[in-house]
Amino acid sequence: MSLSTVNLETLDSAARAQEALEKHNQSTGSPHGADMPDQVGEKLVLNLGPSHPSTHGVLQIILELDGETITKATPELGYLHRGDEKIAENMQYNQFIPYTDRLDYLAPLANNVAYALAVEKLLGLKTTPRVETIRLICCELARISAHLLGMGAYAMDCGAITVFMYTFTERETIYNLIESLTGARFTTSYTRIGGVARDLPDGWIEAARAFTEQFGAKIDEIDNLLTRNRIFIDRTKDIGIISREDAISFGLTGPNVRGSGVDFDLRKREPYLGYEQFEFEVPLGSVGDCYDRYLVRLEELRQSRRILLQALDKIPGGPIVSPDGKNVLPPKSTVLTKMEELIHQFIIVTEGIDAPPGEIYFGAENPKGQLGFYIHSKGGGVPHRLKIRAPSFVNLSILPKLLPGHMMSDVVAVLGSLDFVMGECDR
Amino acid sequence: MATTPQAVTSLNETFPGQIGTPVEFRGETTVSIPKADIPAVAAHLKKLGFLFLLDISSIDHFGDEPRFEMVYEFYDLDTNAHLRVKSRISEDDLTVPTLTGVYATADWHEREVYDMMGIDFPGHPDLRRILMWEGYPYFPLRKDFPLEGKSSDEGAVAFSNPAPLEGGPFVTSPSSLSQEREPRAHPPALS
Repeated sequence: MSLSTVNLETLDSAARAQEALEKHNQSTGSPHGADMPDQVGEKLVLNLGPSHPSTHGVLQIILELDGETITKATPELGYLHRGDEKIAENMQYNQFIPYTDRLDYLAPLANNVAYALAVEKLLGLKTTPRVETIRLICCELARISAHLLGMGAYAMDCGAITVFMYTFTERETIYNLIESLTGARFTTSYTRIGGVARDLPDGWIEAARAFTEQFGAKIDEIDNLLTRNRIFIDRTKDIGIISREDAISFGLTGPNVRGSGVDFDLRKREPYLGYEQFEFEVPLGSVGDCYDRYLVRLEELRQSRRILLQALDKIPGGPIVSPDGKNVLPPKSTVLTKMEELIHQFIIVTEGIDAPPGEIYFGAENPKGQLGFYIHSKGGGVPHRLKIRAPSFVNLSILPKLLPGHMMSDVVAVLGSLDFVMGECDR
Repeated sequence: MATTPQAVTSLNETFPGQIGTPVEFRGETTVSIPKADIPAVAAHLKKLGFLFLLDISSIDHFGDEPRFEMVYEFYDLDTNAHLRVKSRISEDDLTVPTLTGVYATADWHEREVYDMMGIDFPGHPDLRRILMWEGYPYFPLRKDFPLEGKSSDEGAVAFSNPAPLEGGPFVTSPSSLSQEREPRAHPPALS
């Protein structure tokens, strides 16, 4: 096969999808393989995982194979189940923040922010513009970091090992930024209900801007390494096609649903953190295959960089906690010097924030998709029920529909393109 | 496509007398329906344009009757409208009609509700535990299930033992047993 890139550019996406489907039907006899006759009289049952490099964690998939073709796929979850929802029912709102680090542990900052926003919605609390912008910067840094890891690991699984090294170099810089901001590289626990734990350190904005500015060239590098990489394209193009209808019906969110061409980005639809003040675009796929999901993530890196460049230029001044003092921990300096604040701190720490009875659902556009918190409060400092809508959990639920009919080797590409995290899936 | 008030009006017209008074809180609308109507209401909402089922969760109102409650979050991709539909489930009849025929995403959500709360979904194509292992005898998210867990033994499959809490996560009210569990926190008096 020639190395020319001309035949990679099929302009008509509908024709491309149709062509892929026909090719697929010819090779397997049926689009989904489930009704395929058993050729030899026996099928092979293969356990993929729970400990397998391509499952990115502890996901087990029980595959039923006819030769190399998958006829049935049954995902088994729960190997990382820690009972986060049960734990949340037994602690105060602020105490649960460290547990949110461990949901999508590739983007802990975004989880912290989503949880804090959910509780603030329940409380009816408004934060300051400075807090909002700092949180927005955190979210976008987390998105870049998570996409870099997701794409690096995805590329590595599909025969392009080098990209992983490039993306990890960039992630290292982001981790350094996160470390100087929060004091931790991984388990950040950065937000508090009503604000953030600490202010931006001196020189942080400049460091973040320096990273963001040079990052544009790094995205181009990844682009050059992957987008026209023959091996990568052969492994991903027309593999794992998710139709628009399936994507909506299975409740996919994030880059996975946008790869199928559904314009569903909460940053645009229900802007929180002032996303409406920033210029960015939402990339959409046309076919919904693994390659499209890669392209969407690549473009999201560029858009996140664009948001960061705007946000770093206009961080408002002001306090880093909400002025609504009743439900917010007072600053440590005043706790140690003033009686009122000391009492206030004591009450909040021992009894928790007094939330009103009610129920809310808040969804945030996280790197993996829509991370939602449903909080049912009967009043007092502890939620009666806290349900976490984990995007990875919902995104994986399409596997039994998606995998049958594919070859065994396509599983790695499909899993890599769905970009899930088991810590969030199993909660 | 429909906005939330339009959807509530349409539900009231289609299911007269079955839809409870809508509750507004923080800009969200919640309606309560009898559990027998859940699939019909979901199908009607889907027809109205609520193509996206965001989430299914369940609540244990331990001590109240009816004890359990199902919560569905519907979303309209055209109008960004959100509608929450709830239904109380009595402990005497722990069955809820499945939504798998209407929304494919309901499959795993309902398996999780079954796993965590022990609510049965007749008609579900594959109702197995999803997060706990097959054969585990308890439903952990029920309020009468203790935080530290219970012991269980399923032979060769798995076993579990209660994990001592060591005073946490409620560090504010240590139990009277904490002295035995954490002797270092209570040093003996110098003799």
